[in-house]
Amino acid sequence: MDDLLREFLTETNESLDVVDVELVRFEQDPNNAAILGNIFRLVHTIKGTCGFLGLPRLEALAHAAETLMGKYRDGSPVTGQGVTMILFTIDRLKEILGDLEGAGAEPEGDDGDLISQLEAMSIAADAAPAAAAPVAEKAPAPAPAAAPEQALERALRPGEVSLDELERAFRETEAEVAVAPLPEIAAPPVAPEAAKVEAKKPAARPAKPASAAGDDEIEGVKGQQTLRVNVDTLEQLMTMVSELVLTRNQLLEIVRRHEDSEFKVPLQRLSNVTAELQDGVMKTRMQPIGNAWQKLPRIVRDLGNELGKQIDLEMHGAETELDRQVLDLIKDPLTHMVRNSADHGLEGTEQRRLAGKPEKGTIKLSAYHEGGHIVIAISDDGRGLNTDRIKKKILEQNLATEAELEKMTEAQIHKYIFAPGFSTAAAVTSVSGRGVGMDVVRTNIDQIGGTIDLKSVPGEGTTVTIKIPLTLAIVSALIVESAGDRFAVPQLSVIELVRAQQNSEHRIERIKDTPVLRLRNKLLPLVHLRQLLGIAGGEPLDETAGFIVVTQVGSQTFGIVVDQVFHTEEIVVKPMSSKLRHITMFSGTTILGDGSVIMIIDPNGIASAIGTDVSTEVNETEADARRGNERQLISMLVFRAGSREQKAVPLSLVTRLEEVAVDKIEQAHGRHLVQYRGALMPLVSVSGYMELKSEGSQPLLVFSDSGRSMGLVVDEIVDIVEDALNIEVSADVPGLLGSAVIKGQATEILDIGHYLPLAFEDWFKRKEMRIEALTRKLLFVDDSPFFRNMLTPVLKAAGYDVVTAAGGSEGLDILKGGDKFDVVVSDIEMPEMNGFEFAEAMRSDKRFATTPVIALSSLTNPAAIERARVAGFHDYVAKFDRQGLIAALKETSNEIAQAA
Amino acid sequence: MQTTSDDVTEYVTVLIGGQLFGLPISRVQDVFMPDRLTRVPLSHPDIAGVLNLRGRIVTAIDMRIRLGIPREKDAKPAMAVGIESRGESYGLLIDSVGEVLKLSPDSREQNPINLDSRWARVSAGVHRLEGQLMVILDVDSVLAMGGEQLAA
Repeated sequence: MDDLLREFLTETNESLDVVDVELVRFEQDPNNAAILGNIFRLVHTIKGTCGFLGLPRLEALAHAAETLMGKYRDGSPVTGQGVTMILFTIDRLKEILGDLEGAGAEPEGDDGDLISQLEAMSIAADAAPAAAAPVAEKAPAPAPAAAPEQALERALRPGEVSLDELERAFRETEAEVAVAPLPEIAAPPVAPEAAKVEAKKPAARPAKPASAAGDDEIEGVKGQQTLRVNVDTLEQLMTMVSELVLTRNQLLEIVRRHEDSEFKVPLQRLSNVTAELQDGVMKTRMQPIGNAWQKLPRIVRDLGNELGKQIDLEMHGAETELDRQVLDLIKDPLTHMVRNSADHGLEGTEQRRLAGKPEKGTIKLSAYHEGGHIVIAISDDGRGLNTDRIKKKILEQNLATEAELEKMTEAQIHKYIFAPGFSTAAAVTSVSGRGVGMDVVRTNIDQIGGTIDLKSVPGEGTTVTIKIPLTLAIVSALIVESAGDRFAVPQLSVIELVRAQQNSEHRIERIKDTPVLRLRNKLLPLVHLRQLLGIAGGEPLDETAGFIVVTQVGSQTFGIVVDQVFHTEEIVVKPMSSKLRHITMFSGTTILGDGSVIMIIDPNGIASAIGTDVSTEVNETEADARRGNERQLISMLVFRAGSREQKAVPLSLVTRLEEVAVDKIEQAHGRHLVQYRGALMPLVSVSGYMELKSEGSQPLLVFSDSGRSMGLVVDEIVDIVEDALNIEVSADVPGLLGSAVIKGQATEILDIGHYLPLAFEDWFKRKEMRIEALTRKLLFVDDSPFFRNMLTPVLKAAGYDVVTAAGGSEGLDILKGGDKFDVVVSDIEMPEMNGFEFAEAMRSDKRFATTPVIALSSLTNPAAIERARVAGFHDYVAKFDRQGLIAALKETSNEIAQAA
Repeated sequence: MQTTSDDVTEYVTVLIGGQLFGLPISRVQDVFMPDRLTRVPLSHPDIAGVLNLRGRIVTAIDMRIRLGIPREKDAKPAMAVGIESRGESYGLLIDSVGEVLKLSPDSREQNPINLDSRWARVSAGVHRLEGQLMVILDVDSVLAMGGEQLAA
């Protein structure tokens, strides 16, 4: 196939996809000449190119469709039938293109059927032009506006990357030769031409306004700062970057062993450049999720017609980007779920009217980023899942017994729709209900390490939420050891780590031969990794102790028992050899920094190995419990350090639990430091006197915020406990918030805020605070989750009932929600709405105009303080001044008391 | 000379359990010392593990087990022959590597019919050399495992 033809295929396929979407829009809005103009132009271009390349079938079809559209352009009334006909034609065009791509030549065939129908419609349309004359007059005028708009609208297409990304990727490689400034070459010659096209259009007759544009049109569109790059090239680039990352890791490992190596500085630089290069290349693989949604409007339209339903498809967050590999994998499941919503979820028009709902049903797709994941929600406002029917089906298929069903919650029953071969559609329609349903969706999602969740309210609708990793190429993994071998467990599925010991509260118990763990009054099924994998070696297995990696896969929660837990690491996933792919316990291999190869555990494989039904119930009830008590329960990390007393910090404050080899801890200027993630991390001890282990590894709690990390040296990590935090005795000892009873044991609650400045004196120049009062309601607004988490226990210790908000607008929403607050503490430097604006907004609302507000800020110059006073803050406390904040809160409380 | 050189095949010779084997040189990527082999639980017994060879992940196949030769006590596989198949890298663990031989088809013979079936599957014939016999290893057959073994 020659390049010309190949380019034509790519262009045309893309154009047809656009036409598909635009036609559906046009049908809903037949008077929108801009849309029609756009469609007309695209079809015309296809026709023109086909003629040029000598593709008569395509040309004839495109011509017939264009003629009909020409009539609409001239003002003939638009009929649904006509649009359907054009859509059919587009499908046929795609079919031919598909064959053309495979065979390199137009397939034999006759399109007389379609063409004659199109022509018949064109004639029919001719008969009634007068009726729509006003539209015709309007039509030519807005047309010119359409083109520039389209040029701007055009998003990056599959396989395309923005020039900026490429430029950046090239720059990172630091080539000796300067890279030619591509955008300048690509853009200018096109711009004048595009302008010319625009200029011509108003003058041309409405019937063929784009004739002069022809192929130039495509050039005009391409004038963007983008470049088509072969996907293979990008893939190869990615592979090379992965290699580079590995080599870098190996170098770092070597240099770590050599003190004062002269390589340190250049290696640091290499490390940074590599990281940026990796970032840049990853970005080139990113595509907006809208690409996977492109076909949905058409599908929904066709379904609506077929099923006689009126359906509105709303799409939010189409620009959210994710790795193209992931995108490819979720395309089909998404389509399937939208079909499901349209077919089963939404009721017919009549039913909807009876139920008092708008006749038009809505399917909503939304996507957004959350951490390293993308969350996609598909919701409809239909009838919700039919629990009774699912129950019946469960019984029919012997998936559960009646007695078991009795005990299940609705949500648990709903989960069965993910069971293989499960379809509740009463009638098998052409749309869905063929028995391949949600189970396939679930399998696909599982394969890429995603999770799927479902919520359904009878009569109100169903929402399916999918959470998937942004990329599959590099993942964060927890490195564990079992029977002397190391394995990587993808962080995505790890919920928490529990250490089980013979005499501690957490110990492994057995029911017959099945190991279980009591975790927060629930039984967690356990599996010993070494038994599961049938490996021996290392320390002999201790039946009652070990590290438990609490893992969640879909609705299943279980614990994987391992001998040792090391650190987390960003690993480059390498596919497994075909000789090993049958082992479902592993999903891939990776090379660690020290050069050794380890296997990546596939939690899905383990989940299916230990059986599906055991753990579901545990998870459900636990999840329910969590939801119910979200506010009261705080996860605490319990450990020992310095003294025998148990100590604890809120788990949410801890970034990571690490163990470092003692010999890697260095001393400089009387401080202990350790190399951590390419930087030096200061170590701080609880007691002030550094007691390091004499050999082996030293456990650390790592706290990070804004790129800084501090390691708190501890003797032993005891457990992670989820409990209501009730600080009973407040302490005057620096570094302690007070004592609380955690799981029946008196535990000192550490004030991390005391330790952070020990590591970096200026840590709090940016963030921080503390309080005193009786049970008063306090609203705390700060954009940093770290400080929100940190101060919640601090403020609770001071007797406040704390509600947090992540920003000014969220804070206002909470205030407007009706809860009365005695005092508000707000950060000043926040994105979007800053503290000043927040205070002003509060002052302008009568309901909270009198509520005292305290500002917390690192800006302590007189001007800022004055500005705060004007904005309406009662008091202004420097972030570092914890005592000051307590005093300020106390004062405010007194004022309120006096006023009352 | 001209006529024979066309038919001559070059073999990398290796020793496995005292027997001389020959691999067509065109299939041999490299010869290396297997270092830090990571065993793969649940894998086929022939698979000795995976290792990192200059950033590539190589699946190592223990030729002794593959051929049913008992492992000598404490005898670590000293060498590996790197081969590539369908974009994947493999390492055949062997005892030692010998010289490269240029052999003409004249000395080549079919597998004796009474050859151990495990050997017959991976052997593409035998060369009569002076003083000993060299079994030609059919690389593709060596790698074509799993299916046959699972079925057995």
